[in-house]
Amino acid sequence: MATNIAILRRPLDPTGAWAWITTVDHKKIGVLYGLTAFAFFILGGVEALVMRLQLAQADLNVVSAATFNQMFTMHGTTMIFMVVMPAGAAFFNFLVPLQIGARDVAFPRLNALSYWLFLFGSILMNFSFFTGSAPDMGWFAYAPLTAANFSTSSSVDYWILGLQVMGVGTLAAGFNFVITIINMRAPGMTLMRMPVFTWMTLIVSFLIIFAFPVITVAITLLLFDRMFGTNFYDITAGADPLLWQHLFWVFGHPEVYILILPSMGIVSDILPTFSRKPLFGYVTIVLAGAVIAFLGFGVWAHHMFTVGMGRWATSAFAVATMAIAVPTGVKVFNWLGTMYGGSIQFRTPMLFALGFISLFMLGGLSGVMHAVVPVDLHQQDTYFVVAHFHYVLFGGSIFGLTAATYYWFPKITGRMMSESIGKTHFALMFVGFNLTFFPMHFLGVLGMPRRIYTYAPDMGWSGTNMAVTIGAFVIAVSIAVFLYNMVRSARVGQPAGANPWGAATLEWSIESPPHHYNFAIVPTIRSQHPLWDEEANTVEPPPLPYVDESSIHMPSPSYWPLLLAMGVTLVAGSLLVWQAHAIAGLTMGAASGALALISVYRWVFEPAVATEVAEGAAAHH
Amino acid sequence: MQYLARSPEAEHATTTGLNNRKLLMWAFLGSDAMFFGPLIATHLIYRTESLQGPIEEILNIPVTTISTFVLLMSSLAMVLALAGIQQGKMGTFRFWTAMTALLGMVFIGFQMVEFTEFAKHGLTPRTNLFGSTFLTLTGFHGAHVTVGIIWLWSLFFASFRGKVKQENSLDVEIAGLYWHFVDIVWIVIFGVIYLVGAFGVEDRVLEGAHALAGLGG
Repeated sequence: MATNIAILRRPLDPTGAWAWITTVDHKKIGVLYGLTAFAFFILGGVEALVMRLQLAQADLNVVSAATFNQMFTMHGTTMIFMVVMPAGAAFFNFLVPLQIGARDVAFPRLNALSYWLFLFGSILMNFSFFTGSAPDMGWFAYAPLTAANFSTSSSVDYWILGLQVMGVGTLAAGFNFVITIINMRAPGMTLMRMPVFTWMTLIVSFLIIFAFPVITVAITLLLFDRMFGTNFYDITAGADPLLWQHLFWVFGHPEVYILILPSMGIVSDILPTFSRKPLFGYVTIVLAGAVIAFLGFGVWAHHMFTVGMGRWATSAFAVATMAIAVPTGVKVFNWLGTMYGGSIQFRTPMLFALGFISLFMLGGLSGVMHAVVPVDLHQQDTYFVVAHFHYVLFGGSIFGLTAATYYWFPKITGRMMSESIGKTHFALMFVGFNLTFFPMHFLGVLGMPRRIYTYAPDMGWSGTNMAVTIGAFVIAVSIAVFLYNMVRSARVGQPAGANPWGAATLEWSIESPPHHYNFAIVPTIRSQHPLWDEEANTVEPPPLPYVDESSIHMPSPSYWPLLLAMGVTLVAGSLLVWQAHAIAGLTMGAASGALALISVYRWVFEPAVATEVAEGAAAHH
Repeated sequence: MQYLARSPEAEHATTTGLNNRKLLMWAFLGSDAMFFGPLIATHLIYRTESLQGPIEEILNIPVTTISTFVLLMSSLAMVLALAGIQQGKMGTFRFWTAMTALLGMVFIGFQMVEFTEFAKHGLTPRTNLFGSTFLTLTGFHGAHVTVGIIWLWSLFFASFRGKVKQENSLDVEIAGLYWHFVDIVWIVIFGVIYLVGAFGVEDRVLEGAHALAGLGG
């Protein structure tokens, strides 16, 4: 047995950095996603603070107009693609296999590839700061503004190529979680017994695999226009100036649900635990999520009410947009029903979950206001819209993800986070959030356009803007408290034990942190609340004396996902080099393409479980 | 000892009983359909919007009908290749796999000739909207076929090293799913881009609709 374990670990030192670099373990990949997303959260937050300093008073000159454009573009892009999505992916990775009773995802190496593509794509895009050409055209990059004759620097190219690399990784993750959830469930884990978080992960993954190809097409066509002289967005060649807007928002609106549904799943798992009763209306919550996702593909043009689409199109999209509020309302009432009559415990995860519900409600209501076309015509491109989407994406997504961090931190690290610091964090973040974003509604109604870098003193916006800036710094302090709490709790937090919250779902049946193989014996599930409805030991029988760790074949670490991600990213980078220097670009493209191709072949012919391990285990039996 | 068999990629341990990689290919094809969808839609929106240069009249229907037939026959060859390996007939598998790949290469050859002819008549991706959308759409389709050809030759040569055999005929089946999908996309392109483009079906449908509206009024 000892030899077998030695062979299993032979290629790598499991405690060293290489164990993380070559890992295919969904839990480690989840942690990598989470840490990377938090780093980008700080970066995106700093970009926001720069904007708030510039706007604190009228006619300030903290940064130039050009820098301000880079700040709002990269703040939006960073928060969406490098923070909320990967933070969601962090929890998909860590939790989904645990919640469905699997030992890993369906494709562990593909999972590693997704992470590396996300990381390298993010680095590629942010590298533009060092060349002085950071993207500066707004996160939705409207063509023809982004065409070569209007955006002459390589800023748009960095944005396209970074997003393209990240998008491939996101697609791979989408496929992985669809297959994992459909096909890797433990015996008895029927679809309608799955935790709601897993359900929402499944729905989000479907959204990803159907929405991301559309943005891939949109940015590929833009890249071709910019680099190879095609005419897709060239008005002088007869192109339709709205083509980009349609393609972008066909992706962009489902993307909104990609960002919010994970948090809805998180809250649906947290509320029952701290209300001490099962989720009210489980089936309707699940179906509402599916309906939201489905309708989400039919509302994209509500981002375009001011472009003059004609009455019929505008009316249809207005009605569809209002319709999507119905399943969302169903969810909110179910959450209230879950708490009704429960013995509620106001622990930190619960506070953030309640913060999510209240703030998301406000954002949802201002969203319905946008569905009313005459009102939207006034609100378009004002701070009212900025207030709206921060209520859903920060008040919604980020509050949900913060709740998830407090809730599952004990499972991930084996230690509890501090309750008192956590409550301080919540109070600061809740107050800071509302101080920052609630006044923006008023600024918007008063006519302050989004994305302006300064304003005149006689507009009457100065006092409100100062309040917003103060609120932004309160949020910054709350994030510092959050970071301190995580670092401190990871070192000296109270040991958590398997199920510190008395929760009902499967991930709480095993040790914290879990073994690398998750379940010593694959559990059999008999209800939606396995840990409430049954004695804990029927879910995960105590390890039997003869359970031999070496007999559990876990996939072996691999270099190829990392090298393939490097190859793909360098191919993307070579296009940027090619624009400056043709020969250098082609050479780099050929070399990195070869690296990618070799990695694919080596990956394909490399067994998932290293041969030595499989043979060693076979010999052992 | 049932727990011993449960490794993440073990084929018999899935919830649905379907293989993970096969499901992955189906999911990918669904996603890939959403990739071709916007490309086809963009072409249809722009098909008569070009301000200069040649448009649909440049399409050569007879020649493309031949290349379409070639690609369709490659799907038949793919089916026979899969049947071969499932029955353990390696010779049959190798013959029809090579045939599939060769027919695919003939198709790509036709496409290269077509693109060259168009360039001679002054149609490149830079010329006008038609050139941009048509060549990008069919170019991406050609890239898909090329990936399929590389994949098929990889299976062909791997079979001599014992890496592809009856037990893992699933590897061939998955490649076949991809190949048939790329074939189906071409059927759509041939119908919607070439035939509609050449015969102006859309205009006739519109005329018919107007006539009906006239009757109703």
